[in-house]
Amino acid sequence: MRPGCYLPVMAALLFGAIEVPAHAATIQITTTDLVFAPAEVSVKVGDTIEWINKDVFVHTATARNGDFDVMMPAKKTVTSVLTKAGTVEYYCRYHPNMKAVLTIAP
Amino acid sequence: MFVRLSAAIAALSILGSAVLAQGAKPTDPQIAHIAYTAGVIDITAAKQAIEKAGNKDVKAFAQGMVRDHEAVNKQALDLVKKLNVTPEDNDTSKTLSKQAADKLAELAKLKGAEYDKAYVANEVAYHKAVNGALETQLIPSASNAELKSLLQTGLKIFQGHQQHAEQVAAKLK
Ligand SMILES: [Cu+2]
Repeated sequence: MRPGCYLPVMAALLFGAIEVPAHAATIQITTTDLVFAPAEVSVKVGDTIEWINKDVFVHTATARNGDFDVMMPAKKTVTSVLTKAGTVEYYCRYHPNMKAVLTIAP
Repeated sequence: MFVRLSAAIAALSILGSAVLAQGAKPTDPQIAHIAYTAGVIDITAAKQAIEKAGNKDVKAFAQGMVRDHEAVNKQALDLVKKLNVTPEDNDTSKTLSKQAADKLAELAKLKGAEYDKAYVANEVAYHKAVNGALETQLIPSASNAELKSLLQTGLKIFQGHQQHAEQVAAKLK
């Protein structure tokens, strides 16, 4: 490989590092006995939410503003990455009195 | 409104008196049978609603009833198997089943919006009755801790169903 080949790779690494938050975190939100916990979470765009459903019931995490709608099968864990900033109230479509809030910083 | 209220009271008193009629508090095998029967009744009603309901909220509600009550009943079956308990038929279960069969036949005769309203009104009344029985009779009477905990989970989800049914009923007006 000629030395010139490294340039684009270097550039990609540099800019890539700028675009993706270096400390994208994974946050766990659990449903137990029809309650989202923690009920209020502060996160950042690019963070991953691990939705852990400990119930025998199927739940959803559905944003009121339509930003996300995650299916949470019974006794399973699913993940989703947050792509939009904002204060998002979400609920379960199947059990509408399950409600919580995500504050997503840009 | 009056019809709905009286239906609720009738459902409540039938369930209440059936449980009380036994005098002594129900045993765990009886409680398991009552809880399971109550679930089966709601699943059967919901399956009828999935077939008959015209309103999409009513249909979605009914699908939720099948999904949740089947989940609870599966838990109940797993638990009785684990505890080596055989659910025992009893007067409360019999009264519940009889009353439910009558209600199902009554609802079968209705159509369209009339059916939707009657189904949802009955769901409100039925969940209210079951929740009352769980709170005042079944949960306090259960002696096994795991059974008690399952009934408590049941109560929590059925209270949610009752509220959900009330929301759907309000939208149908
Ligand atoms: Cu749910």
